[in-house]
Amino acid sequence: MTIARTLEDACTALAEHPDALLLAGGTDLMVGINRGQVGFDHVVVIDRVDELRGWRREGDELVLGAGLTYSEMGRGELPVLLPALAQAARTVGSPQIRNAGTLGGNLATSSPAGDTLPVLAALDATVVLRSSHGTRQLALDRFVTGVKQNALEPEELIEAVRVPVLDGPQEFLKVGTRNAMVISVASLALVVDRAGRSVRVGLGSVAPVPVRAIEAEAFVDGAIDWDTGSLPDAAVDRFSGLVAEAARPIDDQRGTAAYRSHAIGVLARRALRRAFSESAP
Amino acid sequence: MSAGPYVLRVNGNDHEVPDAHLGESLLWVLRERLGLPGSKNACEEGECGSCSVQVDGELVCSCLVLAAAAVGREVTTIEGLAPDGELADVQRAFVEAGAVQCGFCTPGLLMAVDTLLDDLPDGGDPDDLIVREAISGNLCRCTGYGRILEAVSIAADLRRGNRT
Repeated sequence: MTIARTLEDACTALAEHPDALLLAGGTDLMVGINRGQVGFDHVVVIDRVDELRGWRREGDELVLGAGLTYSEMGRGELPVLLPALAQAARTVGSPQIRNAGTLGGNLATSSPAGDTLPVLAALDATVVLRSSHGTRQLALDRFVTGVKQNALEPEELIEAVRVPVLDGPQEFLKVGTRNAMVISVASLALVVDRAGRSVRVGLGSVAPVPVRAIEAEAFVDGAIDWDTGSLPDAAVDRFSGLVAEAARPIDDQRGTAAYRSHAIGVLARRALRRAFSESAP
Repeated sequence: MSAGPYVLRVNGNDHEVPDAHLGESLLWVLRERLGLPGSKNACEEGECGSCSVQVDGELVCSCLVLAAAAVGREVTTIEGLAPDGELADVQRAFVEAGAVQCGFCTPGLLMAVDTLLDDLPDGGDPDDLIVREAISGNLCRCTGYGRILEAVSIAADLRRGNRT
């Protein structure tokens, strides 16, 4: 086992042990280890690597360390800078899970139900990958390639995620069987870029990977009165329908495809109405 | 695969762990190797909270911590809440409120409530929503939570010195 103290330590250990398990918060990985379902020869522990902790601002962008915990996403300035991410983080697990689980872990697990993923999709996030050979950056839709599948190479780790700071409201909404400790049945992130006069929508748990509702976005961008920040009810209805059409849900133990399509449309309507008021008649 | 001998700091004392396997959770090592069975083992997947401990002051599920990765951290378990044998404030509060029935969830809940009270601003009174969120990762199948909420209120008063 290697307890890495620096990014270089971690990359060196991974180069020596390309099949090593990377352990950050452990909230996903330890479940498999406890059940004896995960075999391993070497573990690289990365929760003490300073370069992976916290976040920083670079101009109009935020660089979020892969080791940023869900609890940290809800603290300090981040809920103001990235409200949708803070809202998503608050719906994850319990305080115990949020204290340990990390942004990088959510990405690396690449579950369709990963709560931060629709937010990152809506923000057009870029994933920064690092190995002893150097760094590379991938757009989120290039990084998550399938159900629990991603573009990480054996010697790579996730270093950070880059997202823009936008001027405009943001919403994250999630449907589950109760409020705490719940895996999402459907989730939606909506972010508004007032300067760019655009709305972007990421969907979770309704497709193998996080998806964007591109047609719904294009439609609503043109329907909003950007000077007053309002739009008519008919446009909200149309938006809701287009978002539901962008989903590709399946039946599973948590819900049916039909329910998910319905729910995602409801979330779309609710999120859009929270962000924009009704047009005066 | 052996994790080699390593030392864990638990409740202020260093404990040598000589023969552990690498995949062992902190919960397993506490209970089976260090003779500290206060933290309870139920779901082993972070759902129930009965194994809750503090690592460097943060509440976590010890079943989801790799024991060998906790080297150099300060671990506090339920045994460390009242090291001198006197009941801690949270323990007294649970007894007074009758918040313990079968008792299995109690150690985890006490760690969660202790963390909540530690993290409150001075003199702060935790409102109902904050308390419910703070214990949302701890399942109790006996009490229906009413008396646990009452116990948290008593514990908050004890911690602030508003009650003796």
